[in-house]
Amino acid sequence: MTTGEEGKPFADLASPGSMSVITSAIFEVQEFTLLSTRAVTNLFKKPRYIQDTLVQMDIIGVGSLLIIILTGFFTGGVLALQSSKSLKAFGAVHLTGQLVSLSLIKELGPVLTALMIAGRVGSGIASELGSMVVTEQIDAMRALGTDPSKKLVTPRMLASTTMTPLLTVVADLLGLVGGWLVSLYSLKLNSSLYWNTALRSLDYNNALEGLIKPVVFGFIVGMVGCYFGLRTSGGTRGVGLSTTQSVVTASILVIVADFFLSKIILELQY
Amino acid sequence: MIAIRFERVTKMFDDQVVLKDFDLKVRKAETKIILGGSGSGKTTILKMVLGLVKPDQGRIWVNDRDITDLSEDELMDIRKEIGMVFQEGALFDSMTVGENVAYPLREARRHTPEEMEAAVRRLLGFVGLADAFDKMPSELSGGMKRRVAIARAVVHRPSIVLYDEPTAGLDPITSRTICDLVIALRDLEGVSSIFVTHDLSAATTLASEMAIRESSGQVTFRSENNEFCLANTRFVILKDGQIIFEGTDESLDTAEDEYVREFLT
Repeated sequence: MTTGEEGKPFADLASPGSMSVITSAIFEVQEFTLLSTRAVTNLFKKPRYIQDTLVQMDIIGVGSLLIIILTGFFTGGVLALQSSKSLKAFGAVHLTGQLVSLSLIKELGPVLTALMIAGRVGSGIASELGSMVVTEQIDAMRALGTDPSKKLVTPRMLASTTMTPLLTVVADLLGLVGGWLVSLYSLKLNSSLYWNTALRSLDYNNALEGLIKPVVFGFIVGMVGCYFGLRTSGGTRGVGLSTTQSVVTASILVIVADFFLSKIILELQY
Repeated sequence: MIAIRFERVTKMFDDQVVLKDFDLKVRKAETKIILGGSGSGKTTILKMVLGLVKPDQGRIWVNDRDITDLSEDELMDIRKEIGMVFQEGALFDSMTVGENVAYPLREARRHTPEEMEAAVRRLLGFVGLADAFDKMPSELSGGMKRRVAIARAVVHRPSIVLYDEPTAGLDPITSRTICDLVIALRDLEGVSSIFVTHDLSAATTLASEMAIRESSGQVTFRSENNEFCLANTRFVILKDGQIIFEGTDESLDTAEDEYVREFLT
C-alpha cells in the first residue's frame, strides 16, 4: 500500500479513470498485488493484531455457519436427486454416494462455500472499509500512527483464509448428509451402501484438493473485499459500488482460480 | 524550535495547482490560523504535515525532521507526535467514546488498562463529556463528536495538534467551548497547532484570548487589552495556492489587500 492522496490509502498515482482500459487493468493488478504482498508480510512484523484477527474469525467463521450448513445440505440433496436419474439409466444408482462425495469434496463444496463467503463476507468487508474511507476513519487511523494494512487488512485476510477451509469441511459433511437423506428416503437406497461408496471413493489426493482450493479462495475473497473497500471514493454511492465490485470480482476470480487449480492438481497427480 | 516548516511546497491534483511555492513556519506553542476559500488547499496542508499527502516539490519538516521522503512505516513514528481533529470528527464508529479516546494509548502498548482508563476519563472531563465514556459515536451530537475527537487527538500528549474546521456548522456556544479547548492546549500545554477554518468568529477568539491557570487550579480566559497582546497566534490567508496575508489579528484588521478585505466581510 503506497502513500495515498485525499483519503485514498493507496492511490498516489494518476486515477484509474484517466487511463486506458489496459493501463487501468494493469494498475489495478499492480495495486492489488502490492496490497496482498503487504498483508502477507505484515504477518511477520509487529505489531500483531491478534484480538482483531480473532474477532474477524468469529464474524467470518461462526457468522457464516448457518448459510454454509444450508448451502451444503441442499446442494448434497439436489446432487443425489439429479444424478440418480442419469445413474439409473446405466443401472448404477448404487454409486450415488460416490458421485455426491466426489462432486462435493473436489468441486462444489469449495466453490459454493467461497461464493457464499464472497457474498456475505467479501461484501461486508468492502462496505465496512469503504465506509471508513469516506468518513475519514482510515485517515484518522493513519494519523494516529496505525498502519491500516496491519490493523484492518491482515486480520481479515488471515481470518478469511483460515475460516473458508473449515467452512468448506462443514459444507462437505452437511452435503453428504443431505445426499444420504435423499438416497434413503427418496431413492430408497441402503444407508451403508451410500456411505460405503461415498467414503471409499475418496482418497488422500481428493481430500487435499478439497482443502487446498478453499485456502486460495479464502485469500482471494478476503483480499478482494479489502482492496475494493480501501479504494472507495465518492461517498455512500462509492461504498455501494465497491461492495458490488467486490462480490462480482471475487466470484469471478474464485471460478477462474478453481479452473487453474484443478488443472494444476490434475497435472501433478498424473 | 520550529514545530512545522514548509519550504517552497508545490502540490497538484491532476492539472489543478493546489499549493504553489508555499512556505510556512509554526513555532513551538504557536497557532497558525489558516483561512481561505473552498479548494484553496487548507486541508491538503494538514494532510501533508501528517505525510498522508506527499508534495510534488519542496520539503516539509516536523519537529526539525525532514519528512518529505519518509516511507509509510517511518511516518508512523512522526504521526505519534501529532494529533489531528478531522472536520467531522472521524471517530471509529464501531468503538465506544472511551475506546476511541483510548485508541492512541492502546496502540502505543505501553500503558496498563487502569492507566488508560484514568487518562481517558481525565480527558473526557477536560472536554466536558465525562458521562459519555460508554456511549457510541452515533449517540453523540456533532459538537460532542468534535470534542471527543479533540480528546482523542491530545490523549497521547502530542506536541502538535492539527484542527480541520472543528467549529464548522456548530452553534456559537459549542463553537466557543471548542475554542476554549484549543486556547487551553496552546497556552497551558505548549501545543503547536494549525487551525483551518472558515469561522471568523472562532478565529478571532483564538487570536485575542489567552488561558491562565489560577493558583487555585482553575483555568480562566482573558482577552487582549492594553496590558498584553497575543503574539503566539497568527493568521494565514490563502488564495490560488499561495499566501496573500500573514500576520496577527491587529495587522489583519488593517490589511489593504482587496481579497483579504472581501474575505473578512
